[in-house]
Amino acid sequence: MLVKSIRFNSFVLGIFALITAALLSFTYEGTKERIAEAKREVAKRALLEIIPLTRHDNDVLGDTVKIPKEYLSILGIKNGEINLARSKDELIAIIVPSIAPDGYSGKIQMLVGINVDGTIAGVRVISHNETPGLGDKIDLKKNDWILDFNGKSLENPKPKYWKVKKDKGSFDQLTGATITPRAVVTQVLRTLQYFEKDKVRLLEEAKLQNSTKNAPSIEAPING
Amino acid sequence: MADMSYKEITSNGLWKNNAALVQLLGLCPLLAVTGSVVNALGLGLATMLVLIGSNVAVSLIRKKVSDAVKIPAFVMIIATFTTCTELLMKAFTYELYLILGIFIPLIVTNCAILGRAEAFASKNNVISSALDGFMMGAGFAVVLLVIGTIREIFGVGTIFANMDLLFGPIAANWTINLFGEGYGFLILVLPPGAFIVTGMLIALKNIVDSKLEQLDAAKKEPLVKGAKRMRTTGTIS
Repeated sequence: MLVKSIRFNSFVLGIFALITAALLSFTYEGTKERIAEAKREVAKRALLEIIPLTRHDNDVLGDTVKIPKEYLSILGIKNGEINLARSKDELIAIIVPSIAPDGYSGKIQMLVGINVDGTIAGVRVISHNETPGLGDKIDLKKNDWILDFNGKSLENPKPKYWKVKKDKGSFDQLTGATITPRAVVTQVLRTLQYFEKDKVRLLEEAKLQNSTKNAPSIEAPING
Repeated sequence: MADMSYKEITSNGLWKNNAALVQLLGLCPLLAVTGSVVNALGLGLATMLVLIGSNVAVSLIRKKVSDAVKIPAFVMIIATFTTCTELLMKAFTYELYLILGIFIPLIVTNCAILGRAEAFASKNNVISSALDGFMMGAGFAVVLLVIGTIREIFGVGTIFANMDLLFGPIAANWTINLFGEGYGFLILVLPPGAFIVTGMLIALKNIVDSKLEQLDAAKKEPLVKGAKRMRTTGTIS
């Protein structure tokens, strides 16, 4: 009797598992492509905000270079790729993913756009958990504080002034929030320092990719 | 319980036995995502979808599954519907999904859903169960929406901000700015605001209920008149 009931119940549950699994895989198959598309769309929009279409003419999303392992810890990321923006096959800027580990409530995920001359093309925060109304002003939707970075570089201001004003640096803090901007400023500085170190290899790599891609048709690109 | 009229099911779901205000189920997502109208609406609709789906499925199989394996079977059903909803949201409202984040998969742990499956759908026919799922879900969604609206209006001074996340580009400029730029009342945006607003809603509902009761009592009074007992204590002036 007991064995019979166990057998019956497991049979029923087994059938159930089959049906639900089938339903799930069906939905998964049906939505897979749309989800990938939506993800690409969001990523692309963030990239285009930093380097607008007027400045480049390549597929930024698809034009990438791997980040060497030794630099991952400076950028605070586990893996990722650098997107390259080119105009007429010439590299004009790179977009580096970077995570500030020390926000007020956890990590602040950003994209840092750096022009080849070492100035900042733009910084955008992609995801964060900062306090609404105070720390979340780092988000361009709430406040244009993040635009302060545009045009800054390791020369202007000097690394020692890459701090918020409260710490005797040259960047504004946000009203009611110091920790959040402090974290962002420090991480943007680290990203710039990374670019400084890895610049030669990056430019080399970008040139290489370009020549392999367009090898037969185009003469060697003039590059700076 | 077994044969409730549709009217009863409706009033139960929307008011008398409201999942959020009376049963106090599913409070975790309720408190966490109601910072704005669009978030509240997104989670409310997703929860409703899962609730209807799981109620129908549970009702369909209620006679075929023995008590011993009932709960695992229910959990499997709910998990399936939740995952399907999650995939659909990812596909069609990806940015809203990013905001609601973990709370979509967490619908699976919303006690309101397993509660309805066990208490209602496993004892009633498919149509009643579907209606119950719809009404319970709607009741939950309405409460979410009210809290979201209050918190958005008084917390950040806007209403219908970012509605394009849910309705596409047409809704991009539905935002109404009520108190001008720069308005902000932080505590309502933060989690304590959710508790305060929810508490006030529950209190409001209790006030309305007791008023209704008084009205009912007042209506009934004339019937009792005439059959009253004589007063035997106190002084009559």
